Amino acid sequence: MMDSVSSSSATVADKSVKRMQICRAEYRVIGRFVEQLRPTRQCMKTLQTQFPHLPPSTLLSIFSQEYQKRMKRSMARHHAPDVIKEYYQRYRSEAKTRPAAPLLLELANQVDLSPALLARLIVECFLEERQASVGASRHVLNNMLREPYLIPDLLLAKHVEQCTVNDCCYGPLVDCIKHAIGLEHEDLLRDKLRETHLSFLDENQLRAKGYDKTPDIILEVPIAVDGHIVHWIESKASFGDDHSHHTYLNEQFWSYCNRFGPGLVIYWYGFVSELDCQRDRGILLRDGFPLDIVTLCQGPARGRV
Amino acid sequence: IKEEFVPFLLNFLRDQSSQTLTHGPTTPAKTPSTSRSVRTQDFSDRRGNKSTPIQTSRSASRVQLFSPAPSVSPVSGRGEQETPFTGSHCLSGVSALSSPSFSSAWSPAPRNTPSERRSAQRPSLGDFMTSPPEAQQHRGRRRSGGFGGCASGRQTGPRGAVSEEGVRWDGGGRRSRGVGRIEPVSPPTQVQLNFNNLEDFPPVGAAQATKPSRRINPTPVSAERPNSKPKSCFISTPLSLPASPPAIPESAGAKLTAGSPHSLQEERELLRKERSKLAQQTSSPLKTTPVICTPTKTVHRQGSKVTPDPQSPCPDPNKVTQKSELDLLAELYCTCISENLVPCVFLELFFVLQLLTSHGVSVSESGEEAISFCEDNVLEKAYLGNVHNCVYFSVRVLENQFELVSHLDKCTLRLLSENERVGTFSSSLKDHLAQAQENCTAKVLPSPPMFVHSVPFQPATDNRSNFSSDRAFHTFKKQRDVFYGFLREWEDSHKEPGWDFEAALGSRVRMMVSQLTAAGSHSHFARLFQKQLIQMCKGPCVLGSSSDAPDADLLGMLGADSLGRLKRLQQRLVQPQGLIGPCPPPSFPGHQEFFKCFLQTASCCQLNQHLKDGLCQQLLKLDEVSILGPDASPARGEETGDGDMEQQDEKQRFSSVLLTARLLAKFLGFISFLPYQTSELPSRDIQDTAITLRSKSSPVLDVCAVLRSSVHRRRTILTVPWIVEFLSMLDHIGPLLPFYRTALCLLLQIYKMLLGRGGELCYMNQLLMVAVLGWLFQIPIFPEDLFFSTDPKEEVKELENITSSQGLDTLPLVDQQLLYTCCPYLGEFRKLLAAFVAGSTSKSGGLIRKITPTSAELRGPSTSRSQQKLQVDLEQAFFHNQPPSLRRTVEFVAERVGSNCVKHIKATLVLELVKGGEKTLRDSLGLEGVNTAKLNDSICAQLCDAGMQALETATSENAPGAVRVLLPLETSPSVLTTAESITTRLATEKACSWLSANITSTLLKREWKSAFGRVMKSVPSSVSLDAEEGEGSNCTHKVPLGSEVMIEIKVIIANWVSEKLYKLVKTDSLKTGGLLMVIYTKYNLMLRNEKSTKLLKGNTQFTQLLSETISYQKCFIVN
Repeated sequence: MMDSVSSSSATVADKSVKRMQICRAEYRVIGRFVEQLRPTRQCMKTLQTQFPHLPPSTLLSIFSQEYQKRMKRSMARHHAPDVIKEYYQRYRSEAKTRPAAPLLLELANQVDLSPALLARLIVECFLEERQASVGASRHVLNNMLREPYLIPDLLLAKHVEQCTVNDCCYGPLVDCIKHAIGLEHEDLLRDKLRETHLSFLDENQLRAKGYDKTPDIILEVPIAVDGHIVHWIESKASFGDDHSHHTYLNEQFWSYCNRFGPGLVIYWYGFVSELDCQRDRGILLRDGFPLDIVTLCQGPARGRV
Repeated sequence: IKEEFVPFLLNFLRDQSSQTLTHGPTTPAKTPSTSRSVRTQDFSDRRGNKSTPIQTSRSASRVQLFSPAPSVSPVSGRGEQETPFTGSHCLSGVSALSSPSFSSAWSPAPRNTPSERRSAQRPSLGDFMTSPPEAQQHRGRRRSGGFGGCASGRQTGPRGAVSEEGVRWDGGGRRSRGVGRIEPVSPPTQVQLNFNNLEDFPPVGAAQATKPSRRINPTPVSAERPNSKPKSCFISTPLSLPASPPAIPESAGAKLTAGSPHSLQEERELLRKERSKLAQQTSSPLKTTPVICTPTKTVHRQGSKVTPDPQSPCPDPNKVTQKSELDLLAELYCTCISENLVPCVFLELFFVLQLLTSHGVSVSESGEEAISFCEDNVLEKAYLGNVHNCVYFSVRVLENQFELVSHLDKCTLRLLSENERVGTFSSSLKDHLAQAQENCTAKVLPSPPMFVHSVPFQPATDNRSNFSSDRAFHTFKKQRDVFYGFLREWEDSHKEPGWDFEAALGSRVRMMVSQLTAAGSHSHFARLFQKQLIQMCKGPCVLGSSSDAPDADLLGMLGADSLGRLKRLQQRLVQPQGLIGPCPPPSFPGHQEFFKCFLQTASCCQLNQHLKDGLCQQLLKLDEVSILGPDASPARGEETGDGDMEQQDEKQRFSSVLLTARLLAKFLGFISFLPYQTSELPSRDIQDTAITLRSKSSPVLDVCAVLRSSVHRRRTILTVPWIVEFLSMLDHIGPLLPFYRTALCLLLQIYKMLLGRGGELCYMNQLLMVAVLGWLFQIPIFPEDLFFSTDPKEEVKELENITSSQGLDTLPLVDQQLLYTCCPYLGEFRKLLAAFVAGSTSKSGGLIRKITPTSAELRGPSTSRSQQKLQVDLEQAFFHNQPPSLRRTVEFVAERVGSNCVKHIKATLVLELVKGGEKTLRDSLGLEGVNTAKLNDSICAQLCDAGMQALETATSENAPGAVRVLLPLETSPSVLTTAESITTRLATEKACSWLSANITSTLLKREWKSAFGRVMKSVPSSVSLDAEEGEGSNCTHKVPLGSEVMIEIKVIIANWVSEKLYKLVKTDSLKTGGLLMVIYTKYNLMLRNEKSTKLLKGNTQFTQLLSETISYQKCFIVN
């Protein structure tokens, strides 16, 4: 998992060295390839060698999103009570025979379930079994996953830790990383804006003013990018695929448009190029901070008749 | 009387031309439905045929009204053609005229006439259109009737009436001539002829008797009218008996007989049905047309088929018959148009253009027919029976109405001026048109694809504190997005076939509205709705007409000739589009449709009520908006500069206010009358009940009061157009309510009295009002009987009580762009003419319309947008999310600073600059070979540059400070800087535009010119001095007087003599003295003999003398 952090922070630095807009067809190719992968470092390497022209962070982001979709699809299958029970029994029996082996990881790999999610299921079962009550509170469960040593069963704790550490798509650590990446990019955006001497209001200032919907940035003086007016900027530290983009559109981007006019979305890890089709309706997509900014000219010089 | 005459005249013209127009389509076998449908439509609508929903009701009414024009009915027209009159008939007509029995003949028939006729006609029309066979039957019946005995008796009656009319009209013509509008009326004889023809129809009389002549119900004719002043007048005018007139009465008679009473009831029923149908269909006007048209055609065809002429006849001025009559007709017609006596001026213009572009039967045919049939049946002379006459008439009218025509858009003018018929018939008109086209600077531009701007979220009005609860706040947050979601969905899919608002969005819209109701946030949503409506629909609707716009451009570029070819080439790309005529029913073009459908679908009384409140409030506010005129109108010449600059702004502001008001008024009307809308006209009983019921409750807006006050304050140019929009939304019962009837009458009075008289109103202002009012009077909802029945004098007194001397009406506020934006149907002229150019080739049966490929370019890559445009966009965008007050402040400061700069420049700078220039001029004039004209130009340019610079410094010094002071302290620095720079730019722009407009043209140049003149005057005078020098008496001052010289010489000699010579020759001193005496004597002699003016000569002589003397003395001395 350290891996993913380092790779992602690397991208922030060396951003846009590689092309990050992918046409839909290519995205499908990647998507198909990714189907067989597991959320492990090894798999990430495979992915990178398969698509060397794409930045690792972009590939990771694509994989992560595709993998999440996959997990959601198979959720029902894994969450059936008898299935869960079976997983738990298997773990239990194997833990007795060869406790040192990465049992949960193996199991996860076997049934194509995210290690972190599997660990969660197992811990849940474990707690249920111990307390024989209706189930531990969510809070306790989350804490145990976050800090495995809280789990009374030391062996299980180790296995759980192994899972969360090795899963690059799920788990408390990944959540933290993702959150951090998001913040970092927002910060990056603000720095860039300051560098360019563009003044803006950020989310917090907007909230204080009572706005009901708040993009990351509202420019006090609009700019033009590629001939399109930009009032607001939303930073997304992820890859923009169809699914996530449509969700964002409905929950955020259109709302911003409806209130503040046209704006810009930066998908730092790239996006499916066909999605950038709402420019005329006020949503412009970019995979990095725009360099071709046109600002309102200062001074009366241009006004000459 | 006037009132009855006008409708009659109109119908007469329609009838007359119907034949030509209908024939048109059929003649060229190739010209398929395109021209045909167009024609037919017009025809039908003219006819009063119900088939065309748009005009149906109207036309129907017309027919009835004028049913008098028996010939009017298509049938009769056909009949005519088949049996044109001959000379013999004319003769008979003459005899009839001369016969004393007129009056008597008249009296018997009159009462029943109208109704009978009407009935006869009626059925024929309706039947005819729908089922050809029947029509034929009718036709047969009629004809036979026509020849029946009745006819003879009838003749005389009409006669009398006619003559009366003629006289009166003649008077009218003269009157107008006095005004200067009309060309001199042709000699009385001819007048009579014409009049006779026109008014011989008994129906006129009938119409008179029954005021609401347009009504369907036939009213009994009262006999009063015919006898009023007729005969004497008739007699008094020396008549050369008209060749044709007699025919008319006969025809009238025939018609009368033909009318079979039994059919009347049926007819009425039919009419009623048709009407309701029409009303229903108003929204989709074109649907029905084709169906109806076809039958008509087939009927007509029979006649034309006989002689299939592949090429439509080429109108030839030499083949025009009855020129003088046509001239008279045209003049009459023009008077009616100029005096606003016709309900819709532009409809008439459209008609005239239709005549111009008519495809008539080929000459030979019609001629033959005419000859062959004339003896059999003399119905009426077919003045407009052939293309030549039609075109001639049309060109005459166009010439006469040139001022009106010249205000049409450039493309129309171009098409018109390049129309070969215009050229053939009147080259001067062609030239004038070409010239007008040149002068026509205004472009009807397709506005750039509008960016869908949202209504900005303003914390001041939209944040939580403006809502009663968190729930309301969050509900509204969601509903706002949902609403825009609908909008986008509608945009994406409403043009797909089969898409239906109700089906696609209905339940979701109602769900949304019900959530709003639950949260009680309708007022917020109503405000959002209204703002969004204005934002999207204020301008000309791009959405609906996007494909038309490139057409216009194309036309402008190519001109008529190449366009024809291009159009043909494009045929595969085109789809038929019927002409909708100049009076389409009210519609909701572009995005308006979304808002309309939304309201209809939501049908939420809370929302509607909030909207009504908001719309009313804003409308009245807009109506009160103050628009400034130029400060000193008398000093207009001198003030042009400043005035123009501010005037331009005010004009823009006005147009924005007007468009907004019209939009809001339409929606206010829509919402207000929505509850009463019915698909069919309710029956009488229901009507009465509804009227009683509804006249108790107060109307949503006191239209009458607003109107009156606007007349008094001379603000009709703003108020009338939006009131028209409001009233155009009336439901069936609406116009019958006393309140709205009063309002409509007020509008009528404004139309007839205020606008008809012209005068103080600015021409374009007047044109706009005439256009919108004319449209209102033609749309189905306007009661048919109203236009010709109201007495315009009723309230005129009150209206004339104008309190303010200066109002908006007198300001030049309307330009062509605004006119066409408000009245997109004026584009129909262009379409009509373009269709004519496209000619008969298009088979689709309508005007050619391009599929949109070209528009892709327009919309194209945003990269092509110029930087300039981007800057403007950015500037607009900047204001979008700022509080509105920021924009107001910036605009205000810019306006003031700019204006002050201009004043300053005028007061001081111009003088300085001119002085500087003067100096430069003087300096450079000293040099040899200076081209003064060039010098003048260059100095002018220098002055401009200096002025610009001064302006820029002045604005950039003043504007930022002012903005800074006026904006709140909390304004963020970047916003402040931007605001400052925008203000400075705006101010400079304003001042500069003034400068460039005036330095080069008026003010500075004028000042400079006078300075230049001064310098040039002084320079030549100094130069000429040399030439003049020495002439005249003043030369004496420059040369010492002779006597002085002599004195000097004397002294010299004296000294000389005494000091030197004397010593040498003492004895000879006397001799010297003697010599001197000789000289003196000689000089004195000279003085005496010569005139003082010739002293010069004397002087030379004297000088000579002196030198002689001296040399002599020398000799003497030496000797």
